Amino acid sequence: MAGLCDSLPVFLCKFPAFSDASIRAVRKTVDDGFKGLVRSYVNAIDAMVQPLQWFLNYLERLFVTSPWPIILLILLAIVYFASRNTKIVIGTAASMLVIGMLGLWNDTMVTLAMVTVCTLIAIVIGIPIGIAMARSDRVQGFINPILDVMQTMPSFVYLIPVVMIFGIGKVPGLIAVVIYAVPPMIRLTNLGIRLVDKEVLEAADAFGSSAWQKLKNVQMPLALPTIMAGINQTIMMSLAMVVVASMVGVGGLGKNVLQAINNQFFTVGFLNGFALVAIAIIFDRTSQAYGRRLQKHSEVIHG
Amino acid sequence: MVSHAIEVRNLYKIFGPRGGDYVDAVKNGLGKAELNQQYGHVLGLRDINISMPAGGIMVVMGLSGSGKSTLIRHINRLIDPTAGEVLYDGVDVCRMSENDLREFRRHKTAMVFQKFALLPHRTVLENTVYGLEIQGIGQAEREKRAKQWIERVGLAGFENHYPNQLSGGMQQRVGLARALTNDADILLMDEAYSALDPLIRVDMQTVLLDLQKELKKTVVFITHDLDEALRLGDKIAILRDGMVVQQGTGQEIVLNPADEYITAFVKEVNRGRVVNVETIMAPLAGNPQGMPIAKGTVLETAARAMTGANQTQAHVVDEAGRPIGAIDIGAIISSMVTPTSHEAKAAA
Repeated sequence: MAGLCDSLPVFLCKFPAFSDASIRAVRKTVDDGFKGLVRSYVNAIDAMVQPLQWFLNYLERLFVTSPWPIILLILLAIVYFASRNTKIVIGTAASMLVIGMLGLWNDTMVTLAMVTVCTLIAIVIGIPIGIAMARSDRVQGFINPILDVMQTMPSFVYLIPVVMIFGIGKVPGLIAVVIYAVPPMIRLTNLGIRLVDKEVLEAADAFGSSAWQKLKNVQMPLALPTIMAGINQTIMMSLAMVVVASMVGVGGLGKNVLQAINNQFFTVGFLNGFALVAIAIIFDRTSQAYGRRLQKHSEVIHG
Repeated sequence: MVSHAIEVRNLYKIFGPRGGDYVDAVKNGLGKAELNQQYGHVLGLRDINISMPAGGIMVVMGLSGSGKSTLIRHINRLIDPTAGEVLYDGVDVCRMSENDLREFRRHKTAMVFQKFALLPHRTVLENTVYGLEIQGIGQAEREKRAKQWIERVGLAGFENHYPNQLSGGMQQRVGLARALTNDADILLMDEAYSALDPLIRVDMQTVLLDLQKELKKTVVFITHDLDEALRLGDKIAILRDGMVVQQGTGQEIVLNPADEYITAFVKEVNRGRVVNVETIMAPLAGNPQGMPIAKGTVLETAARAMTGANQTQAHVVDEAGRPIGAIDIGAIISSMVTPTSHEAKAAA
């Protein structure tokens, strides 16, 4: 190959890139411009995210300072009423007790608070956007590529602008997690609504339903199993992302994992990792069992 | 409640992004095949003119692809026409504003679908109240009204079942109850019974005929089954390739099929159950002979009555009991068998 390059013009062998100087100039302009923009709106941004901070702090304090048996009982009650499955309840109780005995209770509560807030925000943002996408092909064509970027961009990369805008702390971590976790919520809401039986929609039209009545009575209820799958995915992705978000100051199990990585604490790393896995499985089984219960009426019994 | 007639006038439907551009070409004789080949548009309906009788059952019959489901969807404008008008009570449905159309659909029309189109997450009762619910009628009132119709269609006791727990026939009864609960003048039935077993289908036809005797709604019934059309229809229109080939009463179509296509259709029909005695009776000559037979009796019933009474002569009487014509068993039998001319036409 080297021989071939000897006899060819240079620009065919070495890719003709822009000069380092011009790239540096562009980079500096963009970075400085962005920083300047952030600096001039810093107060507005802080005011905007302040409610998130309050909500997150409140929930975290509630989880951490309440006596653990109360929290455990509430958790078990939620799991039971969502799944109606004693096996899942027993599994939840066992894994939470082990987590507590290993001294990870408080960290787990912090992570739980984080994931709860992230999931709620992802649902509140995701469902309306999903509905908007389902109603219009143009909106879908516009949002889909954005979701593709959000899902494939390495999560570390968008931590950079998040930190530049919001600084270090829980809220930037939360925003990073939501950005990472919201795409499946949006996509599956969109998909669920688009998959609703055309005949049933036609019937709703034939009886004179307004757009809102159609959404409320037909589209949302029939899309609900798919939307539940979206919520399930969002929870799983939030749990995965809280570890990465610990790099920008989110506490809890993720922070322990990060410290274990830095110090090569093999046991600590795995114990915290398994605690995350346990929470993930609890959420997953519970939300799936709930989703199945929602679909119970569509099982064919005879006919 | 007085139901009005529905007038469909010069209705055209061309499917495709620029359907409107080709209406004139189609009016000037551009065919379905050429339209599709040259311009990539599909001719759905072509110059449909039907007046659907007030308070009667209008059957639109045709094979798949004939445009019959497209036609019924123009009556409540689930499909917008390319040209033409659909008049109900003097108002063109095709020109209604969005709000008027929604009110028209809520109060004037109700529809039953081939695949039932029930809401799977709602019980029978919750499905049945749907029309009233979106009209904003209170829960107690709408459930009271829905329960009456659930009982009328024979589903009492199943109010709290989900559609998937019911058989096809029962699901369509829910569909019918949902439509009837709406208490609308127009009942649109899009191949409502096509997905049902033959016996259940006949059963449901009887339900519809019984209800219609007292309700007198303007019913538009779509089917691909000629027997069903003849049994239900006060008037029948036969569609082929988006055009009306023939329209009239069942008798008119069976006795005078407009072309070979319809001849082939009516060949298999049991004429004894379609043709009435007054259609084939001879004028009275002298005193009425034999037993009296009421006007409107079909030939098969008349033949059964006459053979039962061991008579070969009979006279037809009108509602008041006055004799209006004479008939004998030979004439009945020759009218019940398919004429050879039709056999020959169909074979050709």
